[in-house]
Amino acid sequence: MTSFRFWKVWRRNNLIWRKHITSTLIGNLGQPLLFLLAMGYGLGKEVGPIDGLTYLQFLGPGLACSAVMYSAAFETTYGAYTKLAIQKTYEAILVTPLGVTDIVMGEIFWGASKGLLSGIIMLAALPLFGVWPSPWTLALLPLLLLAGVFFAALGLIMTALASNYEFFNYFISLVLTPFFLFSGIFFSLHTIPDTARTFFELLPLTPVVTLSRMFCYGQFDQPWLLKIIGLLCLTVFTCQLAIYLIRKRLIQ
Amino acid sequence: MTTDSDSPPVVIVEGLTKFFSDRCAVDNINFSIQRGECLGLLGPNGAGKTTSIKMLLGLVMKSSGRITLLDMDIPKQLPAAKRLIGVVPQADSLDPDLSVQENLLTYASYFNIPHKTALAKAAELLQFFALANRRDEIIEHLSGGQRRRLLLARALMNEPKLLILDEPTVGLDPQSRHLIWQHLEMLQEKGITMLLTSHYLDEVERLSHRVLILDHGTIVAEGNPQRLIKELVGIEVFEVEGSQAELDALQDSFKKCNATTERVSDRLYVYTQEDCSRLEALLKNSRKWLRRPANLEDLFIQLTGRSLRES
Repeated sequence: MTSFRFWKVWRRNNLIWRKHITSTLIGNLGQPLLFLLAMGYGLGKEVGPIDGLTYLQFLGPGLACSAVMYSAAFETTYGAYTKLAIQKTYEAILVTPLGVTDIVMGEIFWGASKGLLSGIIMLAALPLFGVWPSPWTLALLPLLLLAGVFFAALGLIMTALASNYEFFNYFISLVLTPFFLFSGIFFSLHTIPDTARTFFELLPLTPVVTLSRMFCYGQFDQPWLLKIIGLLCLTVFTCQLAIYLIRKRLIQ
Repeated sequence: MTTDSDSPPVVIVEGLTKFFSDRCAVDNINFSIQRGECLGLLGPNGAGKTTSIKMLLGLVMKSSGRITLLDMDIPKQLPAAKRLIGVVPQADSLDPDLSVQENLLTYASYFNIPHKTALAKAAELLQFFALANRRDEIIEHLSGGQRRRLLLARALMNEPKLLILDEPTVGLDPQSRHLIWQHLEMLQEKGITMLLTSHYLDEVERLSHRVLILDHGTIVAEGNPQRLIKELVGIEVFEVEGSQAELDALQDSFKKCNATTERVSDRLYVYTQEDCSRLEALLKNSRKWLRRPANLEDLFIQLTGRSLRES
């Protein structure tokens, strides 16, 4: 029972989110949908098929992953920092039977849930662009949740280290933007030199993008289980680190 | 006073010490709070009040010593102890996006209080704190006094045995402060145990059965406020304004009575240990003077000095 106390924090966030549902959804989905439109429709006309997919098909699943990343990470940076430093929400929760782990896991699962929702909406929007995902896409959803957990935990680590909102600019331009650009959403990693490719393969968004494309079109031509296990291990480690750092920040 | 000295104390603190790197914030303090008692924790900024309270709540890890709250060892049994504690924090930590009632219900959910019970408790507390007509209002639209009352209501949602109040009326207008005091006194009559910190000494004097004055991390005085004032300050205080020469003369004359004196720029303070009203005649020509009962503020200044403590 006690290990599910983090659910209370999730529910608190959900209650508040439902009051601002339109603005947060548009904020989270605007960017990937516009990218799909501009790159897929606009640029896609000039670009030939990649790995046997049209450029719109190639782009769609990866952009859904980026929506998961951005939604989850924004929630646990800007959102969580406001609760930590401005609204003193965590201080208020810590004098109740809930502890630091409950707060951290509640926030991470909340960020992951928002990430998953953004991913689902993106995937659901693909048919509007003439892209039809395979039934395997349903099996992709737990993976998107896992990716959401990872990026939410990563965001919360940044929150634990932040001394003001400006700090998140570094996180966005030096971490999230490179993930977004180099994890194989926009171009195939097969065609670039080996050194660069190895580096790009190690970015945490890359296996998510690769897996999403495999599930979306039902083509399992890469070691998918290995990628899932790798992502799982990385996620567990990142959550532990987030708990450790937030505890250090909240308890002196 | 409805304290119960037969049952074990609600709070026992023994040898509590906290170092922040090499700075000693709390230095080996001991105190206890009996059931039904209100203990006022006083001290200048940086004296160790907030650190001590935070150690009781597990928000600061103690360096050494023992804390027992409601027979439970802290921090080992912290989650169980926190079920029985209510906290009114110094900073407003209400959820600004939620309504008054939603704030209370959300808080209750952290205690696993069933929704129906929480709903009834919230209605009862909103009635008690004169907030019933603001039930569906968003926090932003509440006044400072209403927010403070709501913080107090929130702290009572889990029907705590021990209420910890950190500056409960900071920044409030006099009407709101008096209203909160009345509510706190009603709670005391019901037998709740309280730990109160405040910079408003009139508040502490009114609400506390016993005070504990901290300075530089140690306890410098402890006891019933009236008795402490009488023992350490005196019965009455004369405050006189005048030129240095006038005050010099007065200071000499007051030696005829059992009194101690203190000079602060163009002011003379006389703390009388007996009835010195016969010396009032001496003050006829003074530009400004007053005679008043000694209070907790005098005691506080006497023990912790007049210099500013800004960290």
